[in-house]
Amino acid sequence: MKNLSRFYIGLIFLLLFAPILVLVVFSFNTSGSTTHFAGLSLKWYFELFKDKVAIKALENSLFLAVFSSLIATLIGTFAALGIDRMRNKKIQGAIKTVTNIPMMNPDIVTGVSMMLFFVAVGGFLHFSNSLGRTSMLIAHVTFNLPYVILSVLPRFKQMDSHLSEAALDLGCTPAQTFFKVELPSLAPGIAAGLMLAFTLSLDDFVISHFVSSPDFVTLPLYVYNQTAHEVKYSMYALCTIIILTVLVLLLLINFANADSLKKLKGKKAKRAKKLAGRD
Amino acid sequence: MKTGNLFRKAAAAPHILWSVMFIVFPLLFVIYFAFTDSYGNFTFDNITGLSGYTNTFILSIGFALIATVVCILIGYPLAYFISKTAPSKQKILIVLLMLPMWINLLIRTYSLMSLLDNGGLINGMLSNLGLPKLKMVGTGGAVILGMIYDFLPYMVLPIYTTMTKLDQRYIEAARDLGCNNFQVLTKVIIPLTVPGIISGITMVFVPSISTFYISQKLGGGTFDLIGDTIERQFQNELTYNTGAAISLIMMILILISLAVMNKFADNDEDGGIIV
Repeated sequence: MKNLSRFYIGLIFLLLFAPILVLVVFSFNTSGSTTHFAGLSLKWYFELFKDKVAIKALENSLFLAVFSSLIATLIGTFAALGIDRMRNKKIQGAIKTVTNIPMMNPDIVTGVSMMLFFVAVGGFLHFSNSLGRTSMLIAHVTFNLPYVILSVLPRFKQMDSHLSEAALDLGCTPAQTFFKVELPSLAPGIAAGLMLAFTLSLDDFVISHFVSSPDFVTLPLYVYNQTAHEVKYSMYALCTIIILTVLVLLLLINFANADSLKKLKGKKAKRAKKLAGRD
Repeated sequence: MKTGNLFRKAAAAPHILWSVMFIVFPLLFVIYFAFTDSYGNFTFDNITGLSGYTNTFILSIGFALIATVVCILIGYPLAYFISKTAPSKQKILIVLLMLPMWINLLIRTYSLMSLLDNGGLINGMLSNLGLPKLKMVGTGGAVILGMIYDFLPYMVLPIYTTMTKLDQRYIEAARDLGCNNFQVLTKVIIPLTVPGIISGITMVFVPSISTFYISQKLGGGTFDLIGDTIERQFQNELTYNTGAAISLIMMILILISLAVMNKFADNDEDGGIIV
């Protein structure tokens, strides 16, 4: 059983990573071919960096990821606060359902619906361009919101309501209570939501495909345009850079988590020792 | 306390406004476009005209169903085996499993294409061995393989999550009462991990049925799925109405099946979201 398990896990992971590895290896290939490896070179990388459109796409992607995640986190955190304390369960349920629509709906429907909306509103207001940077920012905030709320809302449920009551009793205004007592205990959820929103925005292709215009291209849209007709080896290079960035980030996050976990465990152990000594 | 309530209520207001503006209104526009012609007159033609797309719907549902079933068959044992490894190893395996999920879908599909293509690695190896080339890109199999390859981690992770949350005492009780390993699996573990399987199904089926990049790249333009059809309608302003009608029908179909499946999974908090 043990051997079977090992073999099975190994096989599936091998299949899962083989295409990605091939892509990475052949991005360093001198000859433009995926069949034989002629020699190491960085020529596809140089070709990529010479492409101004690629650099512009990277800028656009980062702009969108930073601003859409910040706006979504701001709106979403306050939304979670409001939703958590709502007395009317029916209204609460309705808001939650509407919020989750972009998460449940296929991306293509979300993209199409927003495109129709922007085009119609833009046409009504006689905009020369209804699609572009602004429509992209709005769309990214919209699909990020449910994820932020979903990360923050459970933190409210776990929060000790006695603490905020104590703060109120001691003379804090509700706003002060929120910023001084509740916000610090929400911080991990907010950080998780922010990070999730940032990566989702960087990663999105389908919704962006519908709400963007040719003069506002993000990295995934650039990859799509470039791979539309032929195999391009500079795309292998770009994909490799993205894959390695993701890998490094994922490792960093995991090491950071493991580290803070260890520290936490250390503190707990110390406290336990102290308590034991006292008894 | 009155000002407190006001602060709480006002806190959700920007979000409610945002949701109405950019979630509800856009969906109303889909409905509006689905029931009007290109001049804005009310019509049922777009909906009745969808009978011409019956084959597209059948093909898409078929492909997505096959991909989902294969993902369960491959993914369930994988989740089970991973949950049985040592905890330190488990963590590494889960990070490895999540790695492809953080890599853009276009890149993963494109990398698979670089293997399967006529000038790709597999065909290169075949011709080096003196064997005839295999036509893979452009077949239905390649499209389904693409769906499985792209979405398999989304099946494994929720199943794995429910497995690790499983109360081990049930398994011990089943053993004590005389179940063998196989019976423990079929009578205890599988029924208790149904919520994980169901969120896995939604996370594989919904993107599979609505994809257009996978079928464009791996189908070589020979397979027209729902996603491809919708995408094409929105390249030309004159066919927005047909595109909206197809989107509306697909959305309704998916929302109905989600609602039906959620009835089976009585708790909706398990493994629904992956971070």
